[in-house]
Amino acid sequence: MNNTDYVRVASFDEATRLLSEKEGHQVLAGGTNIIDLMKYFLTTADTLVDINHTGNHHDIVETESGGLLLGALATNADTAYNPLIESRYPLLSRAILAGASAQIRNMATNGGNLLQRTRCYYFYDANSPCNKREPGTGCSAIPGYNRIMAILGTSEHCIAVFPSDMCVALAALDAVVHVSGPGGIRSIPFSEFHRLPGDTPHLDNNLKAGELITGIELPQKGFSSHYSYLKLRDRNSYAFALVSVATALELEGNIIKDARIALGGVAHKPWRSREAEQYLVGKPAVRESFAACADIILQNAIPYTYNSFKIGLAKKAIIRNCLMALDPGSQLPGAQPSL
Amino acid sequence: MAAPQPRVISLHVNNEKHSLQVLPWVSLLDALREHLQLTGTKKGCDHGQCGACTVLCDGKRIISCLTLAVMKDDSSITTIEGVAEGEKLHPLQQAFIDHDAFQCGYCTPGQICSAIGMIGEGKARTRAEVKELMSGNLCRCGANIGIIDAIMEVMEGGTHE
Repeated sequence: MNNTDYVRVASFDEATRLLSEKEGHQVLAGGTNIIDLMKYFLTTADTLVDINHTGNHHDIVETESGGLLLGALATNADTAYNPLIESRYPLLSRAILAGASAQIRNMATNGGNLLQRTRCYYFYDANSPCNKREPGTGCSAIPGYNRIMAILGTSEHCIAVFPSDMCVALAALDAVVHVSGPGGIRSIPFSEFHRLPGDTPHLDNNLKAGELITGIELPQKGFSSHYSYLKLRDRNSYAFALVSVATALELEGNIIKDARIALGGVAHKPWRSREAEQYLVGKPAVRESFAACADIILQNAIPYTYNSFKIGLAKKAIIRNCLMALDPGSQLPGAQPSL
Repeated sequence: MAAPQPRVISLHVNNEKHSLQVLPWVSLLDALREHLQLTGTKKGCDHGQCGACTVLCDGKRIISCLTLAVMKDDSSITTIEGVAEGEKLHPLQQAFIDHDAFQCGYCTPGQICSAIGMIGEGKARTRAEVKELMSGNLCRCGANIGIIDAIMEVMEGGTHE
């Protein structure tokens, strides 16, 4: 990595000031992604601004509206094992524990999870053209080995996928991202936080220059009775998803009252289809309903040379995961298939 | 722009306090190996993919390759050199020997530090849970069955520390 300087700041305001004053400052929290990227020279920093010692945004607290606010600096492990998360938002707990490794979850922060970069092979290979890494150079994945790439929401400029598991659950739960920056504080609905590639694939999200995530708010509704996270990958654990599904259902008897389905591993952001979710409302919670819903979600999928399998895999994963959500107790460690 | 200067940091490693001078971009792994000559902690991939560099930081297992030494100023670190009590091996070290839980041995320090961390976390009860929560430590020799056997024996033996 480049010969970066390092500074510890005492507050987020101080970090914001440093980030606004000078280009070349980058934020350091858990470090699990940025240090890796720096080691490959995929990003550089004049100075790393360490926000771990700011003394706030480390906790998970209840909100006045009956939800929870996850501090940006709470670790993934502390979040997944927090008793309030386990009891009220078990979908989030399951999704976090399906990601990375126990060591990385002990280091990685919630804010950092939202800001991690894609693991597209061509983005990670500095010798390959990549519009995300170097805008205007072209996409090597479209004509290349694109087995792990996106099938939904792609553009002619980028078919990379967003790698997070945690964010798939946050999308399903309608979380809200709290940020602070030079222009003050604001809140961003989760579905508007990450971007599709379009013709600006170098932008992963809608944070403005100098803005920092301070927390992630979960609304009151946690779907703790009927939920499931399923992650399909090339090995049983410690690999990024080829396809993952977060399902949260609210049932009245056997009739679906509310449904949330978010996909990971298939797009540049966690993927939700309001049309498909709306379709499920009023339907019985049976395989046929979920199969029809899966068809709606994948109706506009575009396969590339080596990833057409993801369309069928995603449909089957959606059906399987919705059935698993009816019986959350059946779930296995690591979000593996059950039932 | 002036070149970044080395920092003096304090690390409590295996209950011994060390003061060392490191440049800001030096990983905790390199600080342990190159500055403190504690070469038990191994550099495998150096990118957080293999777990060979796992150490305990303030009791929690982390990977030292994706940690900068300056981030851990004033922290307590336990490496494989610090888990035995004098000549008495840590129960996991003994169990790894008893269960043939290694061939080349390169991943072993990370495996044992990771297992100590995992047992401390108290979240793994079944064999399936142990396998899942140890998945951040790869063994390319294929000694995984022995590794899980060794850990299960220590857990069932009640050495929950």
